[in-house]
Amino acid sequence: MSKSNSFRDVAVVSVASHQTKILSEVNEVQLMADLISNCRNSVGVTQEEIGFTCSGSSDFLAGQAFSFVHTLDSVGAFPPISESHVEMDGAFALYEAWVKLQIGEVDTALVYSYGKPSAGSIIDVLATQLDPYYVSPLWPDCFSIAALQARLLLDKGLITLEKMAETSMRSQMNGSDNPNAVRSSKDVSFENLMNEPAIVDPLRASDISEIADGGCAIILAAGDKAKLLCERPAWIKGIDHRVDSHTLGVRDLTRSPSAFLAAEKAGINTDRLDLAEIHGMTSAQELILEKEFDLNEETRVNLSGGSLASDTMMASGLIRISEVASRIISGQADRGLAHATSGPCLQQNLVCILEGE
Amino acid sequence: MSELEEPLRAELTVEYPFTRTTGTVIGAFMTGLREKRLFGIKRSDGSVLVPPLEYDPVSSEPLTEMVEVSQSGIVETWTWIDPPRPQSPWDAPHALALIRLDGADTSMLHAVLVGSPSEMRTGMRVTARWKEERVGHIADLEGFIQETEETDS
Repeated sequence: MSKSNSFRDVAVVSVASHQTKILSEVNEVQLMADLISNCRNSVGVTQEEIGFTCSGSSDFLAGQAFSFVHTLDSVGAFPPISESHVEMDGAFALYEAWVKLQIGEVDTALVYSYGKPSAGSIIDVLATQLDPYYVSPLWPDCFSIAALQARLLLDKGLITLEKMAETSMRSQMNGSDNPNAVRSSKDVSFENLMNEPAIVDPLRASDISEIADGGCAIILAAGDKAKLLCERPAWIKGIDHRVDSHTLGVRDLTRSPSAFLAAEKAGINTDRLDLAEIHGMTSAQELILEKEFDLNEETRVNLSGGSLASDTMMASGLIRISEVASRIISGQADRGLAHATSGPCLQQNLVCILEGE
Repeated sequence: MSELEEPLRAELTVEYPFTRTTGTVIGAFMTGLREKRLFGIKRSDGSVLVPPLEYDPVSSEPLTEMVEVSQSGIVETWTWIDPPRPQSPWDAPHALALIRLDGADTSMLHAVLVGSPSEMRTGMRVTARWKEERVGHIADLEGFIQETEETDS
């Protein structure tokens, strides 16, 4: 049972996102300047009216310490603003902003995050998040680590290559309606996906998320302010994040206990879920998450194509929240789950339950 | 915004100009590697973590009792690396695996040195192969090779 009813009502009132394979001649500041102003303009607020600003990005990806400070230029940092940053996916920045709004001193918050993996080698960047003594010096790439997890699931009969292909197919077909989807196809065939060779054994190219550049901006507002800014706000009915051990060998990699717990604490209630946007690096991870959340056939999963279609380090999770919120704001859905993950093999997980009035 | 095929690129070297000490648990494991020995650490329920951690991953209690484990064990899961990353200790294609050593209750990540993925299977037995010159680093362990009666002895 969710305790969220005792919290202050906070809603997503505006979203903007952009993803593409490679952003060329556009840096992170330019990308986010467009997205942030679109997000503010669509609900008619200026930065002066925003009570708190929180961002998520990676210095390791940008190759520069305090790289997020540059991106504050896209917000407009004068007059001075109240601001924070997490070296995490923007979904976790949204959690911080939600906590700030709970305190009650401000009524609005801007959350944004971005990543530009095309400028470096993301698989090497992600190797540096692993244990610095036992694992990082071996430089395992992120997809190989995910492949170890997929094989465990296959060997134990918990998933099949066919189920993985169905998941990839769903992503590609759903993504064909999403301008941000880098890999999508209306004509994708199950046979073709099954016939693809494994590129990171047992994962095929279509089982692995499509790395993309991009970013996302979201405006949160509390109580009456949310109703003033948006006809149908996407209310945050519950939000929670949990973490499993950093050490791969001590975890049961066929599961994600922290995802299960976060969903439970956020008050998931699968009987009333119109849609779910789940964040995984592989088709196998999406299958783990569907099981942890115990989703039934009534819930449409990853209508955007999900992170398999376009995966932007530090933004993919916030984009999941944006995808659910925008469908609630537009009246296409009443209640949805958004999920964000961080760390290897679904180590850390955030679940946000959104609902229209 | 314009989107072309190639991004702009600039050279940048990311450095970590600090030194760290590895402490009594990780340090003991690293010293073991130099002596061709593999150590784990005992949890309060008697199970053994290899490689050892300073704190219990579930209860968070500090752990202190180091125990030596076998140099051989089984492959719990694996994938094939081809080509290896340039920074990695390996030049040739190899398997990357989670290996549970005999006497251990958890698995460690390392390479299995075989010529092709057809030689790999989950559950196969492997044994450690050491570098000639060892410095107290995870790559002192060159990797694991398939256990035969010869390597078993």
